[in-house]
Amino acid sequence: MDWAQLWKITTLPDNIPIVLILLLLPYFTWLGLKQAFANDRLIKKLESDPEMAKTHHRKVEPYSKGWDKLVHVWPYLLRIEFLVAVIITVIMLVWSILLDAPLEEPANPNLTMNPSKAPWYFLGLQEMLVYFDPWIAGVVLPSLIVVGLMAIPFVDVNPLGSGYYTFAQRKFAMITYMFGFHFLWIILIIIGVFLRGPGWMLFWPGMTWDHHRQVDEAYVHLPQIFGLENPLLMAIFGVVALIAFVVVTGGITHVFFVKKMASTYKKMNLIQYGTVQFLWITMLALPVKAVIWHMFRIKYVLITPWFNI
Amino acid sequence: MEEPKNTNGNDPAGANGNGKKDGPLQELKEKSREAIPMLLKPREGRVWKSIFRHPLDEKPRNRSLAVLQNVFLHLHPARINRDAVRFSFTWGMGGITFYLFIILTLTGIFLMFYYHPSKVVAFRDIQYLEHNVPFGKILRNMHRWAAHAMIITAWLHMMRVFFTGSYKKPREFNWSVGVILLVLTLLMSFTGYLLPDDQLGFWAVTVGTNMARATPLLGHEGPGGPELGMTAFNDVRFALLGGSIVDANALLRAYIWHCIAIPVLASIFMIVHFWRVRKDGGISGPAPMLLESESDQVIRG
Repeated sequence: MDWAQLWKITTLPDNIPIVLILLLLPYFTWLGLKQAFANDRLIKKLESDPEMAKTHHRKVEPYSKGWDKLVHVWPYLLRIEFLVAVIITVIMLVWSILLDAPLEEPANPNLTMNPSKAPWYFLGLQEMLVYFDPWIAGVVLPSLIVVGLMAIPFVDVNPLGSGYYTFAQRKFAMITYMFGFHFLWIILIIIGVFLRGPGWMLFWPGMTWDHHRQVDEAYVHLPQIFGLENPLLMAIFGVVALIAFVVVTGGITHVFFVKKMASTYKKMNLIQYGTVQFLWITMLALPVKAVIWHMFRIKYVLITPWFNI
Repeated sequence: MEEPKNTNGNDPAGANGNGKKDGPLQELKEKSREAIPMLLKPREGRVWKSIFRHPLDEKPRNRSLAVLQNVFLHLHPARINRDAVRFSFTWGMGGITFYLFIILTLTGIFLMFYYHPSKVVAFRDIQYLEHNVPFGKILRNMHRWAAHAMIITAWLHMMRVFFTGSYKKPREFNWSVGVILLVLTLLMSFTGYLLPDDQLGFWAVTVGTNMARATPLLGHEGPGGPELGMTAFNDVRFALLGGSIVDANALLRAYIWHCIAIPVLASIFMIVHFWRVRKDGGISGPAPMLLESESDQVIRG
């Protein structure tokens, strides 16, 4: 076993931030969910007791008698802001004294870095390149992430949970966000940072980066598994397979919406519902493609002369 | 000493040299005696009052005015929800992100004094900065780590806003502005990566911009690209790099995007972002919880 390799990756100055986020993200997720569950308990109590709901306060940490509801920004907020600024300045100073920004050799187009990795925050995108062609992984999916994020407020018709932490009142939204951010985005970054070595090959923690490692990169296309070799038939099969994927995942999501989220479904118009379905299906396509690539070495589902998926 | 002043003085008796008591020197003495209390209490003087429009007493009125009459603080309301200053609700991540942007702007300005965005020179400038410029190394380190930290805090800020449902009506648009700011933050960091002109930045940017080759319709390797006449010398990647490879033009373009274009854009969006936080009702909470049985009222109201 070669833990030195893992240590080397982890302590790379440029990777300190990802190590930092691996500590901060669980903490803040816990902090948010802790308050969400506390609120959920109170909500449950109030829902079951309408009388209590009329009089009981609607916050977990209510005001004490004699307190002002509002406090002056000066000094109560500004002193916090000032202190935070001081603390951040100290942190940045200490960080800058202890850790030097990397500077490699001068740029040399004739000497390829192997592996040549993007900065850690883009490694999720770089990792997606394994599963999809560059036009999807590098252009279409990033654009959809941005557009999809911007669309969230306009497709989330649930009026509950505005301005307070809650999980129970917005299960679908919370699960979707955590699936997309905590699971997909962060996991892809972790794989990209810690598990990818020369040639973008997988090296598990404890393995040495072997620059001469040969990996059987044999792959098949989905239609070939079913014995198809004719390009036209393969293309038709691919289209059918993609439609089947959309129908199945979309159908499951639809049943889920109609059965479990009837009131939300009723409030959505067709554009909102279509957008949610489209984004969900696209998001699911990533882990599905990752699984069929790693398990069956399936490179493409749909092959055409112009593009492959 | 007195003679030239006497000609201007309004006391002709002093010209004889006898009227010492009424002389201009005496007048000056008296004036300075008057000035002493003024100097001891500058807050009552005209200059002070022209700068600071209200007293500093700890009265509610003054506390409000301290915020409202200050150009840097006036984005705050005079008073806010007591719970909203609690760390556990807001996490302070949006503010920290903005503070890191200020750190980056300051360190960035200093760095620009020592940097030429041209091949060969750029790398030497960084070496010179690290070894010869006083505090040059810490300057560069801080710029780099603040950039990384800003991405982390922006992500965490986004997570908090999502967890508290703060993007919901009436704050929908501001969430979208925030997403644009996130993209601009990432782009700023990415364009900065190339500037030292070392192997790390060069290959990261090479890999990153190679994806642009595959842009549908606009890239020469993307679906529909060649059919539209895209080549390596006229597609979207060429526009980004100012050439078909990452070279001198790419360095200059990265520099201008990094130091001017994206910061200006980001500042504009930040102004909108902060303005809308206030205009959309300030910080979202902690708001009183809404029960599902009451949710229909909200939609109508």
